[in-house]
Amino acid sequence: MTQHDLLEVRDLYKYFPIHQSILDMLRRKPPNYVKAVDGVSFSLARGEVLAIVGESGCGKTTIARTLIGLEEQTDGEILFQGECVGAQERRLRAGLAPLESAGTVGTREHLALPRIALKRLRQQAQMIFQDPYESLNPRSTIFEIVAEPLVVHGLSRSRGERAARVKKALEDAGLRPAEDFSMRYPHELSGGQRQRVVIAGAMVLQPELLIADEPVSMLDVSIRAEILNLLNDLRRQSGVSIVFITHDLGTVGFFADRLAVMYLGRIVESGPVKEVVANPSHPYTKALLSVVPVPNPRLRRERVILQGETPNAADVPNGCRFHPRCPVVMEKCKETDPEYKTVGDGHQAACWLI
Amino acid sequence: MNERWILFKRNVTDFWRTFRRNKLGLIGAVLVLSAVLVAVFAPAFSPYKPTDVIRDENGRGLTFAPPSVHGPLGTDDAGRDVWTQLVYGARISIMVGFLAGFIAMFIGSLFGITAGYYGGSVDTLLMRITDILLVIPDLPLMLVLVATMRQMDLHISPLIVLVIVIGLLYWTSTARLIRSQVLTIKERQFVARARAIGAGHAHIIRKHILPQIMPLIVANTVLILSTAILVESGLAFLGLGDPTQPSWGTMLNFAFDRSAITNGAWWFYLPPGFAIVWVTLGCVLLGNVLEEMLNPRLTEHHLEGEQHMVSLPDAQSLSGSGSEAVS
Repeated sequence: MTQHDLLEVRDLYKYFPIHQSILDMLRRKPPNYVKAVDGVSFSLARGEVLAIVGESGCGKTTIARTLIGLEEQTDGEILFQGECVGAQERRLRAGLAPLESAGTVGTREHLALPRIALKRLRQQAQMIFQDPYESLNPRSTIFEIVAEPLVVHGLSRSRGERAARVKKALEDAGLRPAEDFSMRYPHELSGGQRQRVVIAGAMVLQPELLIADEPVSMLDVSIRAEILNLLNDLRRQSGVSIVFITHDLGTVGFFADRLAVMYLGRIVESGPVKEVVANPSHPYTKALLSVVPVPNPRLRRERVILQGETPNAADVPNGCRFHPRCPVVMEKCKETDPEYKTVGDGHQAACWLI
Repeated sequence: MNERWILFKRNVTDFWRTFRRNKLGLIGAVLVLSAVLVAVFAPAFSPYKPTDVIRDENGRGLTFAPPSVHGPLGTDDAGRDVWTQLVYGARISIMVGFLAGFIAMFIGSLFGITAGYYGGSVDTLLMRITDILLVIPDLPLMLVLVATMRQMDLHISPLIVLVIVIGLLYWTSTARLIRSQVLTIKERQFVARARAIGAGHAHIIRKHILPQIMPLIVANTVLILSTAILVESGLAFLGLGDPTQPSWGTMLNFAFDRSAITNGAWWFYLPPGFAIVWVTLGCVLLGNVLEEMLNPRLTEHHLEGEQHMVSLPDAQSLSGSGSEAVS
């Protein structure tokens, strides 16, 4: 068997149908879709941290939810340890053709791939949600919350063993001593402590992959660093791979290995963090990087302020999807979509200027 | 088990602390509890049996004896003690009301949770059934149902017929209420988290949906109980009760039939009426207060009570550096 990456995503599409009125149906208008994720490919090696960066509404969270199976992908493959995730097979068997606009993808090649059951996937991949105030059941104690994955997967059935694992997870997440917290309710904890509980709950199964959907954006700035340090420590200790989704480029350089910049449902540039930050090739990445605050006040950079708003994901512009806001737009950009081009070692970008 | 017991005790104390402050709720609880106590210990409240005929020295039945002549509430047309009937009637009224209320609550919760959680065509089907039941006028339907069920020779007590009919008809509002609540809860992030962990539907409903709507179910049950008791009285008044086991409604029916009103025997028809008001008012007061209290949005803030405060994970070093910065 060949050595697989831990996670490989090939041409992932997630379209949400827009509800049609009866009149539109009678007129036989083609259904419209919000193209939340529109052809995304990336891979993640064991122990690696991949940061996905982009504005709100660019499809980052949808990717996270699709990876863990909370949403079913419209098309494309997600391979976890070489096994297929999602109900694609069922979709194809039911005769639902891949979306026409998806074009080249939708081969039946992946039907031959072994498939991973959702339950097993969710034992090995865990998700950290954005809002620590909402992601904990207000009527469960901290112990119940952290022990829940063990209960669901029927692991560590004996009371003592379960208690020991929960205690270890809580203390690893920086809630010491664990006894002080296990009998409390979420509303008795602060936001940072809650996010630690969420992390403890995710790590209690010792997963291979952690999907962190903006884990610090709802927290106070003072607590962000603590949580990021915690994630970094956990990664060093347990070797867990992390998909780190954020809109804050400032936190990315801190511990990500690779960076993928998303714009309107597609990755426009990806590569090793240092390489991308030092040598951004896509105008969007350049614009994003130019507005990250620099610690040295004397060091002034020219800021690129983008004009206009992100276009509606239901109505993606023709050609390069960034062209209406691009500071260096050319005629060619308005007609044809650029392909990915290799800029450096593992560094790719999709722009006609390269 | 020990931690669970501690948690349970803490919850109960918290609940009592809030509940104690609410006068209306306390009044409601006292009304309901007193009625239940009287019903349970009925023999202790009266020296007679409800069928005993009270006789004077000559051995003639004391008919329509006013309270001044006999007992606290006088006698009825056959010379039976009204107070005794009232006390024993509490058993029937409350039992029928509670049983019917619990059946209604159970069906309503089941329908509400299933419809709300699974959504889609299941939701549509269950809610259309609910709608149909909701638009049929209750009273005629119940009259027809009770009458038919009695004709069917089912060999069940008329009281059980009442319980079944009331229970099967009064779950609609509960179902709608619970469905709407489930709809909001299932979209919350902790349910998504549970799904991401790999939890199945049963686990999510049991551990995440039910604990959230349990307070609503409890409050609603108390309100449904009052409706059930009221409806039972209404049906019994119309003669659909069990004459051998008179409830308060049956007493009113007797009083009406045997011209207690033209005889001026107010002690025969007023007490059962007041008893019905007593219990239903108690249930409504208690139910409203519970609903208000157990509504998650109205619970107290975590900083209100000092005993709930949490120390920072690293309190000493933080206060140490803080004081340095200040000085």
